[in-house]
Amino acid sequence: MDAVALSRLQFAFTIGFHILWPTLTIGTAWFVTVLSALWWRTGNTVYRDLMRFWMRLFALGFGMGVVTGIVLSYEIGTNWAGFSRSVANVLGPLFAYETMTAFFLEAGFIGIMLFGEGRVSKGAHFFACLMVAMGALISSTWIIAANSWMQTPAGAVADAQGIYHVVSWWDVIFTASFPYRLAHMVCASFLTCSFVIAGVSAFHLWRGQHVAASRTAFSMALWLALVLAPLQIFIGDMHGRNTMVEQPTKLAAMEGLWETTKGPAMTVIAWPDMAAQKNLYAIDIPHLASLYLTHSWDGQVQGLKAVPPADQPNVPIVFFAFRIMAGIGVVLLATAITGFVLRLRGRLFTARWFQFLTMATTPLGFLAVLAGWTVTEAGRQPWIIYGALRTADAAAPVAAGAVTTSLLIFFAVYNVLLLAFVWFAGRVALKGPIDSAPPTREHPGMERSTLGAFTTSPVPSPVRGTDPARA
Amino acid sequence: MTELLQADTVPLVFAAVAVFCVTVYVLADGLDLGVGILFLAAPRDADRDLMMASIEPVWDGNETWLVMGGTLLFAAFPAGYYILLPAFYLPIMFMLFALIFRGVAFGFRLQATRFRLVWDIAFFAGSVLATFCQGLILGGLITGVPVENGMFAGGPFSFLSLLGVLCGAGLVGGYALIGAGWLIWKTDGATQVFAREIAHAALILTGAMMALVSAWSAWSVPEVAVRWFAFPNLALLAPVPLVTLAVIVALWRGIWEGGQARTFLLALALFALGLVGLIVSLWPYLVPRHVTVWDGMSDPQSLAFLAVGIAIIIPIVLAYQAHAYWVFRGKTVHEHGAYGGHAGS
Ligand code: HDD
Ligand code: HEM
Ligand code: HEM
Repeated sequence: MDAVALSRLQFAFTIGFHILWPTLTIGTAWFVTVLSALWWRTGNTVYRDLMRFWMRLFALGFGMGVVTGIVLSYEIGTNWAGFSRSVANVLGPLFAYETMTAFFLEAGFIGIMLFGEGRVSKGAHFFACLMVAMGALISSTWIIAANSWMQTPAGAVADAQGIYHVVSWWDVIFTASFPYRLAHMVCASFLTCSFVIAGVSAFHLWRGQHVAASRTAFSMALWLALVLAPLQIFIGDMHGRNTMVEQPTKLAAMEGLWETTKGPAMTVIAWPDMAAQKNLYAIDIPHLASLYLTHSWDGQVQGLKAVPPADQPNVPIVFFAFRIMAGIGVVLLATAITGFVLRLRGRLFTARWFQFLTMATTPLGFLAVLAGWTVTEAGRQPWIIYGALRTADAAAPVAAGAVTTSLLIFFAVYNVLLLAFVWFAGRVALKGPIDSAPPTREHPGMERSTLGAFTTSPVPSPVRGTDPARA
Repeated sequence: MTELLQADTVPLVFAAVAVFCVTVYVLADGLDLGVGILFLAAPRDADRDLMMASIEPVWDGNETWLVMGGTLLFAAFPAGYYILLPAFYLPIMFMLFALIFRGVAFGFRLQATRFRLVWDIAFFAGSVLATFCQGLILGGLITGVPVENGMFAGGPFSFLSLLGVLCGAGLVGGYALIGAGWLIWKTDGATQVFAREIAHAALILTGAMMALVSAWSAWSVPEVAVRWFAFPNLALLAPVPLVTLAVIVALWRGIWEGGQARTFLLALALFALGLVGLIVSLWPYLVPRHVTVWDGMSDPQSLAFLAVGIAIIIPIVLAYQAHAYWVFRGKTVHEHGAYGGHAGS
């Protein structure tokens, strides 16, 4: 493989890994903030225990987000020097603003959020949580603005050397796809987190431990999911119709539509054959795609063949990734509605099969996010800036051997990290919100079990029946 | 505004901002990388707990200045970004790997019960490797990078130089010195005694490497020698090494005596002087001997947009970062007695 292909692989792998953590932390930061406010205003210790519990999980995810994010900001120079040269005037200030308005904000208050309880008042602690949560949202806004500019560029012109110069900052930031992409991504994060919270709470309900706290969290999460699951599908539909206008080739790849058609059918499943430029084994539902894409029985939708095969993305990747994402969206909606029905019947906390179902949905949001980004990014190919700069021209003058080395190490390191995260976060999650005793000053709730002298909070064993919260 | 930004002074202003960011990064992250470098040398596990707790609330903010430096380079001096980053591909990547391990060690070490040593080692090795890579990059920058047609034109190992290795060793010593100064200030008891003892070793390494790096770069890079030794520069610049020497002597004397913040503050001063020397050697180049700060700028309308943000936001950032240090002021402690009453009220 040449350095370009290797750099693509490395970027896709490292950014795909990074996005998992913002997805987790954007939502949980707000959950912790809400809990901090509730604890501050009501003094109900259930909220405090939940806040400390989710703060610990948040902290682990946040650390992963930071270290993997720094990698990305440097990779844009190390691996995509041609790209940096051409877009520095446009994207450079956006990234700089992201650092100034978001990363510093998060970093400036994360210490107080995680370790400041007891050093500052409850109100000030809530404020620190709020700043961290706001920082995560501001960060998403800038980075999605940058990505959306690459998808639907506007407000800048390229000169003869291919260097972009900004004409209007407003147009650069508020591009055609930006509002949809931002809404869809933020909603994705909240939706994913609501199922993570529901899943972890379901585990404790199933074990019969920490009942009061778990019921509260389970109920809050499922209310949220009931609102967000349909909302996400609604935003996704608007996003798709925007893509149909702005990036018709990508949309055609998502739909598996080869010919420009009036009143196209929805292809439920098929094998898109790029060599033959048609679908094999297709199952179609007539006119359905026309209905949701154009809101009419006989609307016209552009097909893949409108551009030469060299300008088409990898159709099967986009096609299947889209189906994975949308399929998960439907599954999550069904789960949320089921929870609502159980709630109406008063069985929300007792139906054991539903506890298993919510546990099973815990990882699905992350999968949908990865699938969604794959649709977005792979569907944009062969362009890195849609319709303007080809990915092949964006690479840096680095040796293939050097990229191979870094790619292999990233692969090894990130897998180790993921295992370590799953191990430690899993342990925290399975133990649950147990510490009603105050945490140590530096590390809320983290017992220092290997150091007798520092073991400040008695650690109740997670064994059934010994937990005071159970009663 | 735009006309104003076409003036020749604009690059100077942005270069000053960039130098400011690099300085804050080196001083701030220097202290927590330094604590990491000393991590395994500490005699007891309890020392390590205290050492980590002393930097835990602030390390993320410190490291964010590294991101700021990168994005500022991208936004204001793109030529520096797209030529230098590929030129230092391998040391940058290894620095990132190292930062990953030491970053996650903060969270994981606390959770670990059986394999805590693994995370101790990850934290130590990550800190040393990241620092050493920064030294390699610095040395490579002074030596110069091959450039053709406005793009990097060397191989994967053209960053490597003896100067880089010397700089790497010097930075390890220097960060360790800042870290030791920080620990003298923020801890007491046995941990503080350990920090005072190790500060001597760190100071010797730093001083020796500063001398070696200066001599070797003057000898091996003719442009640097001309800059320092030609008249009248010689007379004008002579104070820099002299003050440096004075600071080193004051450091040596003050490790066991004087205020507890003294070693830390003097170590910061030593680093600031080193940076001054570096700027003297490299000015006005962004990519030494190829691209000056004037050639490497981005568009005026991009700079104008950026300038508004920098002028308004950076002071606010500095204020709340200082506030974060203030909240965790005083000696780092582990007892939790004071905690309960407050949190429960
Ligand atoms: C929708 C959200 C989102 C997306 C698409 C990205 N990020 Fe991210 N990023 C975040 C949301 C986020 C965050 C939630 O704000 C993080 C996670 C943890 C944190 O500190 O902030 C973060 C951390 C983070 C950091 C560490 C900041 C620090 O030191 O605190 C850097 C340098 C980046 N990101 C850079 C990038 C780049 C270059 C991306 C794409 C090319 C990218 N992120 C995609
Ligand atoms: C965070 C979520 C994201 C994920 C999971 C993601 C995923 C991907 C994938 C799978 C590819 C490879 C596409 C291919 O080669 O077929 C890719 C490429 C790329 N993406 Fe993204 N992307 C994300 C966000 C972004 C953002 C926010 C930016 C820009 C600021 C961006 C810039 C790029 C660049 C520069 C490449 C490399 C060139 C290319 O292959 O297009 N991506 N990304
Ligand atoms: C049936 C439901 C859904 C529909 C119709 C839908 C629609 C879309 C479309 C059309 C895109 C591509 C946008 C483009 O680049 O042109 C997209 C991207 C994406 N989707 Fe979905 N989506 C659905 C469900 C979900 C769910 C459940 C999640 C996650 C929990 C999710 C997360 C994402 C993400 C992260 C992206 C990439 C970022 C972006 O471009 O917005 N989607 N979605």
